[in-house]
Amino acid sequence: MSNSETVLANDGTSLKASLAKSLRRQKIRALLLIAPLLLFVLLTFIAPIVDMLFRSVENSIVQDTLPETVQQLASWDSTTGEAPDELVFAALARDLKVAVASKSHTKLGSRLNYEQTGISSLFRQTGRKVKKLDLENTPSFKDAFFKMNKKWHDPTIWTTIQNFSGKYTDGYFLAAADLERSTEGVQAVPEDEKIYFKLFLRTLQMSLTITVMCILLGYPIAFLLATLPLRTSNMLMILVLLPFWTSLLVRTSAWKVLLQQQGVINDFLVFVGIVADDNRLELMNNVTGTVIAMTHILLPFMILPLFSVMKTIPPTYMRAAKSMGANDFTAFRRVYFPQSIPGIGAGSILCFILAIGYYITPEIVGGTKGVFISNRIAYHISSSLNWGLGAALGAILLVVVLMLYWLYDKFVGIDNVKLG
Amino acid sequence: MKMKTIMMGGAAFAMTATAAMAEDMTIVSWGGAYSASQKAAYHDPYSANTGVNIINDESSAEAVAKLRAMAEAGNTTWDVVDVVAADAIRLCDEGLALEIDADTQLADAPDGTKASADFGDLLVSECFIPQIVYSTTFGYRKDLVGATAPTSVCSVFDTAAYPGKRSLEKRPINNMEWALMCDGVAKADVYDVLATDEGQARAFAKLDTIKGDVIWWSAGADTPQLLADGEVVMGSTYNGRLFALIEEQKQNVGMLWDGQVFDLDGWIIPANLSDERKARALDYVKFATDTQRLADQAKYISYGPARMSSAPLVGKHASLGIDMAPHMPTDPENAKNTLLYNYSFWADYRDDIDAKFQAWLAK
Repeated sequence: MSNSETVLANDGTSLKASLAKSLRRQKIRALLLIAPLLLFVLLTFIAPIVDMLFRSVENSIVQDTLPETVQQLASWDSTTGEAPDELVFAALARDLKVAVASKSHTKLGSRLNYEQTGISSLFRQTGRKVKKLDLENTPSFKDAFFKMNKKWHDPTIWTTIQNFSGKYTDGYFLAAADLERSTEGVQAVPEDEKIYFKLFLRTLQMSLTITVMCILLGYPIAFLLATLPLRTSNMLMILVLLPFWTSLLVRTSAWKVLLQQQGVINDFLVFVGIVADDNRLELMNNVTGTVIAMTHILLPFMILPLFSVMKTIPPTYMRAAKSMGANDFTAFRRVYFPQSIPGIGAGSILCFILAIGYYITPEIVGGTKGVFISNRIAYHISSSLNWGLGAALGAILLVVVLMLYWLYDKFVGIDNVKLG
Repeated sequence: MKMKTIMMGGAAFAMTATAAMAEDMTIVSWGGAYSASQKAAYHDPYSANTGVNIINDESSAEAVAKLRAMAEAGNTTWDVVDVVAADAIRLCDEGLALEIDADTQLADAPDGTKASADFGDLLVSECFIPQIVYSTTFGYRKDLVGATAPTSVCSVFDTAAYPGKRSLEKRPINNMEWALMCDGVAKADVYDVLATDEGQARAFAKLDTIKGDVIWWSAGADTPQLLADGEVVMGSTYNGRLFALIEEQKQNVGMLWDGQVFDLDGWIIPANLSDERKARALDYVKFATDTQRLADQAKYISYGPARMSSAPLVGKHASLGIDMAPHMPTDPENAKNTLLYNYSFWADYRDDIDAKFQAWLAK
């Protein structure tokens, strides 16, 4: 074997190639092992989220239901202030005939009613009458539709159809940002309808407050857990975990009993004489209620990471600091606290991100001032059925969280986060 | 030989299993005392007659969203769904509910009156099979309202005569109507006024006068609980909940029927069921909405039967033994000043006014 030849493996191929081959085989084996989980996560988590987010721009229903009308309407100038011409109405008659047969006209009506009040009943009523419309022998469809409902000659109806005739729309995102599209272009909605920006801001502020409260309350407990002898700290640990194992609804309802005006806390304060009976404290159905109940619910998510990080800080460090002349406070501030920061980071991220998406607790104890953006998302998904707007609000919330995560990484560093 | 027996046994077991599954039927409703009344009046006799096993699902509050999700997933697991009329109209609009021909698919009254005439105006949608008339009305704490008990719905806005908190539902529907009526709008003009921006502003201005005194509820059980705890002086909820609070739980609460808003609740059958399931759902609905069955339900809960022919058959409460007729929202003594939920108005204005309502709440 001369030096110029490549090193060969047992089977005569080059060692480099055979090494690469076996590494590749290992990688494939590893991939196959995680494949079930990967597939599971893709199918049951990523795909539904992407599908739901896609609804925030998807708008094919107008084109699909009124294909000819949309085509004819493209050349109509909405600024004239007059209804479109006969051709458009004739196309509408043909489209609606098909739509009524498949019962999709009312669905379109509900969709467009999100943009323009009144379209829902316009389509429902017209649908009933279109059945009797004769496609061959109607002299003027424009008049025929006017007879069915005067609104058909209202240009705002047609502007709405024209504005939302595209396959995709930015309408939901505009609505989610308190904006709307009118004949003069994009502008802010009237003052009495602005809500989402306020709710986003409130969600962030309250989540931040709750996270800070969790740090303030959770840090001493975690410190106690980490420094007490094992027997006592195990007992305390169970006390921390016990509420964690109790149903969320039960805990929230318990807070209701405690916090309401005729509740346990107020009764006690009146009994002791701190509060007058006719001037009981309002502890719930406002921001206070949400902050108290949610701090309690999220506290374990702060304590557990803090505890597991504090457990790894050797007590000898503190003793060493003290032996060198530091008093208790200085030793804590300069030696112990900096080492526990990764735990605060992990706990804060957990608490904040969980808080930002909460909606059951704010719904029950938050009243009107203590509700989050997630309550509005839930309303649009389950009650108003405006899934597009719900998806747009959800997408914005997701982007905001990712941005905050990025900021956190930039300023604190995600490497500094430790769960144990 | 042995193998064959085992296989045959397995096959037989599999067949009974599928047979048993085919006889299961999922009926969705609101839960609580309401589902209990349906079980006693409809489900139990139907199961006894046909052997069909009825599974109760308590998802009516999210029925519209869930039915839409099921239809999109192509797997509707519900057979019959109990919804309020407004939701039935939405489901019908979305093509998610089956259209029903009342005369051919529902039972005639005992005297031969066709179902469409027996239900009358209550057939508010092609897909909706009415079951009960209920109302949203007020209850008040007798010990907290002072010497004169409230007799008008406008007492809700009178914080001078009746100081204290009141509970209202966290949605514009009903509250806007009451606000306008108590601001001097004639009952007949309420919806014309409410259709305008000025009218809506007027309603909000009226609600503004009590905004600080309102606890907003979102579940029907909230107001009875708040009344029982003495958290509120008066509050709106469904009349059946107040009946249970007053007559069954003997709480010190009075009923304020003035200004009650009638609404309907009933069945829909999801669209796109298999023929076999559709036939069974129709068979159930025909049985459950006949004259006797609707009257039976009123023995367990104080909601009015939707058929005219059922009214004379309403008797006494099954366990309390009291006459149910005076507790029906439709009783002439109770129905002196009423409003009917305006379905077509709210179908159009719901999204718009709700956006304003939420913005107003957040202010």
